[in-house]
Amino acid sequence: MQVTFLLNGETVTLDAPPTRSLLDWLREDRGLCGTKEGCNEGDCGACTVVVTDPHGDTGARALNACILFLPQLHGKSVRTVEGVSGPDGELHPVQAAMVTHHGSQCGFCTPGFVASMVAGHLKGRTDHDDVLAGNLCRCTGYAPIIRAAKTAQDAPPPAWLDDPALPVAPVPYAPETLDALATWYAANPDATLIAGATDAGLWVTKQLRDLTKVAFLNRCRDLQHFEFAEGAITIGAGVTMTDLMETMRVHHPSYAELIRRYGSEQVRNAATIGGNIANGSPIGDNPPALIALGATLHLRHGPKLRKMPIEEFFVEYGKQDRAPGELVTGVTIPQTAPNLRCYKISKRFDQDISAVCGCFNVTVQDGHVQRARIAFGGMAGTPHRANAVEAALIGQPWTALTISEAAEKFETDYTPMSDMRASASYRMRVARNLLHRYFAEMSGHATNVLEVAP
Amino acid sequence: MTVAKPLPHDAAKLHVTGAARYIDDIPTPEGTLHLAFGTATIACGQITAMDLSGVRAADGVVAVLTADDLPFANDVSPSAHDEPLLATGEVHYLGQPVFLVVADSHLNARKAARLGQIAYTERQPILTIEEALAADSLFEDGPRIWTKGDVDPALAAAPHRIAGQIDMGGQEHFYLEGQAALCLPQEGGDMVVQSSTQHPTEIQHKVADALGVPMHAVRCEVRRMGGGFGGKESQGNALAVACAVAARRTGYACKMRYDRDDDMMITGKRHDFRIAYDAGYDADGKLLAVDFTQMTRCGWAMDLSLPVADRAMLHADNAYHLPHVRITSHRLRTNMQSATAFRGFGGPQGVLGIERVMDHIAAELGIDPVIVRQRNYYARMGIGGLSAPRATRPPEDISGHKKQSGTELDRKMDLDPSPPQQTPYNMPVTDFILDELTVSLLTRSDYHARRARIAGWNAKEPILKKGIAFSPVKFGISFTLTHLNQAGALVHVYQDGSVHMNHGGTEMGQGLFQKVAQVAAHRFGIDTAQVKITATDTAKVPNTSATAASSGSDLNGMAVANACDIIRDRIAVCLAQLHQTKPDDIRFENGDVHIGTRTISFAQAAQTAYQNRISLSATGFYKTPDLAWDRIKGEGTPFFYFAQGAAVTEVVIDTLTGENRILRTDIVHDAGASLNPALDIGQIEGGYVQGAGWLTTEELVWDDSGRLRTHAPSTYKIPACSDRPDIFNVALWDAPNPAQTIYRSKAVGEPPFMLGISAFLALSDAVSACGPHYPDLQAPATAEEILNAIDRARG
Repeated sequence: MQVTFLLNGETVTLDAPPTRSLLDWLREDRGLCGTKEGCNEGDCGACTVVVTDPHGDTGARALNACILFLPQLHGKSVRTVEGVSGPDGELHPVQAAMVTHHGSQCGFCTPGFVASMVAGHLKGRTDHDDVLAGNLCRCTGYAPIIRAAKTAQDAPPPAWLDDPALPVAPVPYAPETLDALATWYAANPDATLIAGATDAGLWVTKQLRDLTKVAFLNRCRDLQHFEFAEGAITIGAGVTMTDLMETMRVHHPSYAELIRRYGSEQVRNAATIGGNIANGSPIGDNPPALIALGATLHLRHGPKLRKMPIEEFFVEYGKQDRAPGELVTGVTIPQTAPNLRCYKISKRFDQDISAVCGCFNVTVQDGHVQRARIAFGGMAGTPHRANAVEAALIGQPWTALTISEAAEKFETDYTPMSDMRASASYRMRVARNLLHRYFAEMSGHATNVLEVAP
Repeated sequence: MTVAKPLPHDAAKLHVTGAARYIDDIPTPEGTLHLAFGTATIACGQITAMDLSGVRAADGVVAVLTADDLPFANDVSPSAHDEPLLATGEVHYLGQPVFLVVADSHLNARKAARLGQIAYTERQPILTIEEALAADSLFEDGPRIWTKGDVDPALAAAPHRIAGQIDMGGQEHFYLEGQAALCLPQEGGDMVVQSSTQHPTEIQHKVADALGVPMHAVRCEVRRMGGGFGGKESQGNALAVACAVAARRTGYACKMRYDRDDDMMITGKRHDFRIAYDAGYDADGKLLAVDFTQMTRCGWAMDLSLPVADRAMLHADNAYHLPHVRITSHRLRTNMQSATAFRGFGGPQGVLGIERVMDHIAAELGIDPVIVRQRNYYARMGIGGLSAPRATRPPEDISGHKKQSGTELDRKMDLDPSPPQQTPYNMPVTDFILDELTVSLLTRSDYHARRARIAGWNAKEPILKKGIAFSPVKFGISFTLTHLNQAGALVHVYQDGSVHMNHGGTEMGQGLFQKVAQVAAHRFGIDTAQVKITATDTAKVPNTSATAASSGSDLNGMAVANACDIIRDRIAVCLAQLHQTKPDDIRFENGDVHIGTRTISFAQAAQTAYQNRISLSATGFYKTPDLAWDRIKGEGTPFFYFAQGAAVTEVVIDTLTGENRILRTDIVHDAGASLNPALDIGQIEGGYVQGAGWLTTEELVWDDSGRLRTHAPSTYKIPACSDRPDIFNVALWDAPNPAQTIYRSKAVGEPPFMLGISAFLALSDAVSACGPHYPDLQAPATAEEILNAIDRARG
């Protein structure tokens, strides 16, 4: 596949196999060994690079190079750790601060930290814990790295990082319109669609699969819009989790907070809402929120459009209601749902897959439950609505007694399993307790350890 | 004066620009081949047939080796010769290397390695402690038992008694740079090995054995590791040996690096432990007697398990005087990865055992756990002891013979009339400072007031509960295998006054190279910029010990100082002769050499010495004095001194989900007279967070077939950025080490790891707010375990 992009300010054109990772290419073909392989699955951040997409006007973003395929870079600008210092070797402010504040010990994670910090710095970010949630360090305990980030945050971004836009011609492997994409996919139903590659990347790096017939979605702008109409928001399937989080902060802050803990900065910058849905994972974090919101899923097969309540898409484990050659194009949710609360339970707060993800959207009027939509991930083979619990709530007085009685119905709704993330009994117990948490939170109690000050 | 300066890590600028080279970054010769292991898919059994035709036919494969193809030693064990590089028929754990693929690329090697068809006769693996005990599956002939005093009568006579048990999980090292090695075949059958290892001499040794050559034919070099933490003390042997054998066979350079999942499936981890205790105490909480039973799963091979388990026993007292104590240690052989060295080396497990006892006693008596701890502390150092941190630096007596007699320090030590208390292994504790350090920390952290405020919070809040806890550490410094306590150095001074420094220690991020460079610069009175730090190299300094046991700067700092002093003294003698003065009147400072009233630059001094045909190269050597240890009896002086420290941690837990968070941590840690306060604080912050991770989110899960289910960062969760304490205050207890260490500094690599125990105890304290019963929290305290403990607290 013919790919053209800017690498540290210089134009590169190459012919790449579809699943050649940027990381392998940098290290093996270009001899740029500053970017490290730590895990080869997007979980440690040692391979972080800064990618700017003039096409999508999203500014600089940190991405994991280990699960970033070269064709995804067409028309973009890449800065590796070798390319963030000045032309005469002047250190970038975050590099200088990392030295001054002893932010490196073994140094292996450091290039990735620097790349994440540079991307955050370019955007004026001061939420350093979020900027760096996808970068693991085993030596420092992070404290000196945060001191460095704070020190550098007020310095202006160096001008040498301003990359020009790179005009490139469209490429056949990355359709530019939804029409073109839908037509191609209908004709090639055995192909793999790759959006952010945060999951498909692992098929290649860990399962060692060869994906030969692929289309990349990141140049399909038709899929990257939000549409606001009649109290509803339609989110294009190609919207990244980062962009979705920004929009949800306004409309559904609890969902936005869930997304803040979805993967990491690098993962959210790559991953798309459509990818997370179409993938059908029982532990994806978007579906429970979307089900609780009463979302409508949109699909397209060639010219044919189809829509359905999103919970109907997830048929059973590993099976979704999607025909070969049919693609997810977007999802529609209400603009407001003030009672929506989303809870993600995992071993670690950041960059961890949920053991249980529970989302609650209950409407109470005159002291009685009028409507209830409750959905969980991690409790069954699919993201799943808690029908029995909802039934036990609707029409009942909004009291602790009702909650206790309804919580028992989770046993009817779910039969969770035990794995390395949590036991079945813990999952069930937490599901019940999250209903209690929801009640307590809506009643004004402190329920979130993340909001407790020392 | 370069010692004691908070200089950045010597490679910091290389780190932040991506220019620091690790094994996989080293440019390789044309035709370099890449290796991967095919591994066992069962935990226990016999290989009955192997069909590797698919592997051989795979793209890019150059050779496929099995145990039968190894020309000489098939062994990568650091101890008992029980670790074949490639399985010899028996399979001992799921993930054990069975065959070796040599291919033209890393990816092709990995792909081919999955194509082996191996048939097995499976046997039931031994996985749990119970299974191992039932099968009498253990290392050594039986449990090690050390006893002091009369435990059983003392227990029987004690007015109060508790018994309990704590399980503590193992820990994956998760060095960010995975294991890696590169072998470059040389003329005449020699081999150069680049390895990411803490133990270059052992790599040299194992490679020599595997190639059937003397050690002189193998040279191992290591500039830096991307983290080690003990995981690269023995676990790199397999890669280096595999590369060497393949390089010899093919004639090409061979490189091997584990993919992260392979790394976690193949290599050993921290030993998990179960520690049962039976303790007798009085109404004040003073321990009268304690009987510990320590059980650890060592995995399939002996590796370093004996000294690890010994060190767990050696730290069963931590900071407390135990008048009557018995420690029984079972080292169990199981069909799992071979548990290995990991920061603390068994110490943390032993310490957690006694800290648990302290906590349990405090809970039973309703006394503040800090007070119980203080009542059980060893007697403090000397009468009037070191009552406060000392501003003055100690005499610079590192070479021993220049030591001034009757320093203030020594006088105070000599004044103590009562004999010092002894550890369970009968070593006198003469340097105990935790009593005063504790008082200082409690004040700095405002412990008592915060404890009261937390009680108020817990009374008011139904769902979120807070907890606070204090824990100390007293950690013994020295290798318990006494002969390892030696180090060598090689120093050259060039005629321009620049210095080439080399020693046997390895750099894994801890800042050893910078600290030792500061020592070298200080000896010559020059700037550290004049000292070139060079890669550890078995051809420069032979017969080195692993950089482990926190010993790096103690041992190598002394050896380098010794080498520098030899050269410096030669220069001084030369200059004294030329200038008709005494060598003692010549001073080296601030880049200059003062000869009476004359001053010349260090470079001029070097030039002059060279022109006068003075050797400007020297080796240095150091061995730790006064060690004597019988590990079978459990008696003697295994340690040169104790490093100490303490932490207070505050946490909050959610009683509905078990989610939890560290809110604030205060630490005062004893690094002696610090060689580099910035690097030492880095070790303390990093050690604390790693220790807290061990006891909270880091959970290793094996399934019933013996397959490790947590073999990648997606499932094994080390602390992330936001998991560090919101408020994190670290201070050094900046008092000189009474022992004659390099500039009176103290080792700092491992001891702060154990301060993470305060986070675990704080979680237990928070759970205690949920009910009247002792929560019996087990480790790691995952959210799920905290919820279970809340049930126990409620009863």
